[in-house]
Amino acid sequence: MGSPSTADDVTGPAPARRSDGRVVIDVAGLDKSFRIPEHRIDSLKERATHPFTRVEYREHRALRGVSFDVREGEFFGIVGRNGSGKSTLLKILAGIYRADAGRVRMAGRVAPFIELGVGFNPELTARENGALNGVLMGQTLREARRNLDAVLAFAELEEFVDLKLKNYSSGMLVRFAFAVMVQSDADVMLIDEVLAVGDAAFAQKCMDYFRERRRQGRTVVLVTHDMTTVQTLCHRALLLHDGELRYLGEPEDTALRYYRMNFAGIVAAQGGDQVVDVNARVVRAALLDASGTAVENVEDAEPLRLDVALEAARPLRRPKFTFHVRNADGQAVFEFARRLDADVPLGGRVRFDGSVENRLVPGTYSLDVYIGEENERGPETVQGLRLVNFLVFGTAPEHGLVTVKADVEPVLEEPQP
Amino acid sequence: MSDAPAPLRDVPGPSALGGGTRRALELLYLIAATDFKKHYFGTALGYLWSIARPLMLFGVLLAVFTQVFRLGSEVPHYPVLLLFNIVLFGFFQEATGVAVTSIVGQEGIVRKTQFPRLVIPLAVVLTSLFNLALNLVVVLVFLLAFGVAPMWTWLLFPVVLALLIVITVAVSMLVSSLFPRFRDLAIIWTVLSTVLFYASPVLYPLEKVPATLRDVIMINPLAPLLELARKWVIDPTAPGPAALAGGYAGLLPAVAVFVLVCVAAVWVFKREAPRIAEEL
Repeated sequence: MGSPSTADDVTGPAPARRSDGRVVIDVAGLDKSFRIPEHRIDSLKERATHPFTRVEYREHRALRGVSFDVREGEFFGIVGRNGSGKSTLLKILAGIYRADAGRVRMAGRVAPFIELGVGFNPELTARENGALNGVLMGQTLREARRNLDAVLAFAELEEFVDLKLKNYSSGMLVRFAFAVMVQSDADVMLIDEVLAVGDAAFAQKCMDYFRERRRQGRTVVLVTHDMTTVQTLCHRALLLHDGELRYLGEPEDTALRYYRMNFAGIVAAQGGDQVVDVNARVVRAALLDASGTAVENVEDAEPLRLDVALEAARPLRRPKFTFHVRNADGQAVFEFARRLDADVPLGGRVRFDGSVENRLVPGTYSLDVYIGEENERGPETVQGLRLVNFLVFGTAPEHGLVTVKADVEPVLEEPQP
Repeated sequence: MSDAPAPLRDVPGPSALGGGTRRALELLYLIAATDFKKHYFGTALGYLWSIARPLMLFGVLLAVFTQVFRLGSEVPHYPVLLLFNIVLFGFFQEATGVAVTSIVGQEGIVRKTQFPRLVIPLAVVLTSLFNLALNLVVVLVFLLAFGVAPMWTWLLFPVVLALLIVITVAVSMLVSSLFPRFRDLAIIWTVLSTVLFYASPVLYPLEKVPATLRDVIMINPLAPLLELARKWVIDPTAPGPAALAGGYAGLLPAVAVFVLVCVAAVWVFKREAPRIAEEL
């Protein structure tokens, strides 16, 4: 049923679109409520002893009229605080929950990754688990079996194919689960905080994989509350709050609103009477040329002269500033961090001037700063800010990430007598 | 990896068979095979246990009913009949008993993947069916050993088997889909299936039961099925379900219960399936 979807039949906010691909996920007017029993009657005994007690339900509206679409090849972020409805939304997209109202349509094969290694059975071998997991992720049994070699090769576990999973180390298990996900090769991938498992090396592997998929122009929907990931990878991001779509657009803007939402509450709780909505904001941010004029294009090898001033929107305790320079793929080319050995009062400004060695190959780049603070839970990034987008031009070869000084010369060797 | 752009299609959310029949069948096979391996792996006798269990029960009951109660001597081929009944009823009891907690037991899959709900109770029945097939081989050996001559009516046995599978699937669907909301069901069902064991002509042939009680037992749809199996497979001189019920009209209550259970199973399962993930 239904006419073929066009770009314009979607109601709801119309954000800036970076991708002009066709619509592969079309969500319109999604509503979802959970009935949460105040006193749950779980057993017949309770029912028998209180036969006339009506169970009181509290209606929790997890999603309210959410509409958006995702284009082919887009890396789409869904962000929000805990309980904002983002996981519910993903589960509806994945066909795990049924929406109360609204419509979801998708194109192509969709693989949901709510968790790594779903349905893994420790008593079975990797071979058997691979087949089962592949089918669970939407492949046919034949595809899943054919794919198994690739999965094991990716996980570097070929020699353990007939070993039971219970005998796998946890590292091997994560590698195997991740390989199944990577090799499932669905048209649309729905991913929920998979990055949260595993160690730093694994997180790095995930990021590499996501970047690779992004470069290949595959569609990914990622639920996360890590704004760094959002700003690094996503073309667009959607902000959910109390089940409502609050914002949909550029990841930087979404991240900013997310931070605003997150820390507004904290500041209010601390008795701040001022309307403070972000942790810090950019007063000015520019790159300067040798004469001190702001520029957007920098010649290669020309140092990056920073002119950045940030203003604290709440007191910051010994903040640490981590600068990232990313290329057009969203890959961080380099970063450097500086800690301010002092507390910044509300409204206090921090200035950065100085220059950074520029070894970037020609291309487009962005400069971000992440502000971190030490709190009870350890170091925490409290805000990410986009400072500038800039272009490096020049004649240096554009392969690789950086140019280096290489003191190497070819010398023709005399033939041996 | 499709080259032609795939069209947008609705994502209706979870259901009994959502995701297509092929996917459901493949999952059914995988889950049933997994269960079977899981169940018997690590036990010394492996698959033999699925045969050993009913045989041991059979041995005990045979001793009791031929040596203590002397029931066996009046019924032709009583030992084989007893084994046959135990195997058939055992299938129903095992499948429904495991099915109760099956959906909750597969929580990880149900809550984290798009999964056709019906596959879970069906896989349970399929695993039990595999056991049943092994056990029927044993029954066949006993049939021949006890001198039951092969009959053409053996060919009719699949009809009984089909009806038995249908009612087993229906009850499995009912209990598995209701259990997430009514957790007492697991205990209730253990009691209920024991009651059913005695209220079915497993240990005794139905003609030995007083007429009034017989009418009550004949409401149980398993009763005419077991009697039919007995007449067709073991003892052609047995009265058969129609005669025991006092004519074909007497079978109507059992048929009604059978149909009612099936309709209820489909209705309840369809109603519960979309929300099961939220109830877990």
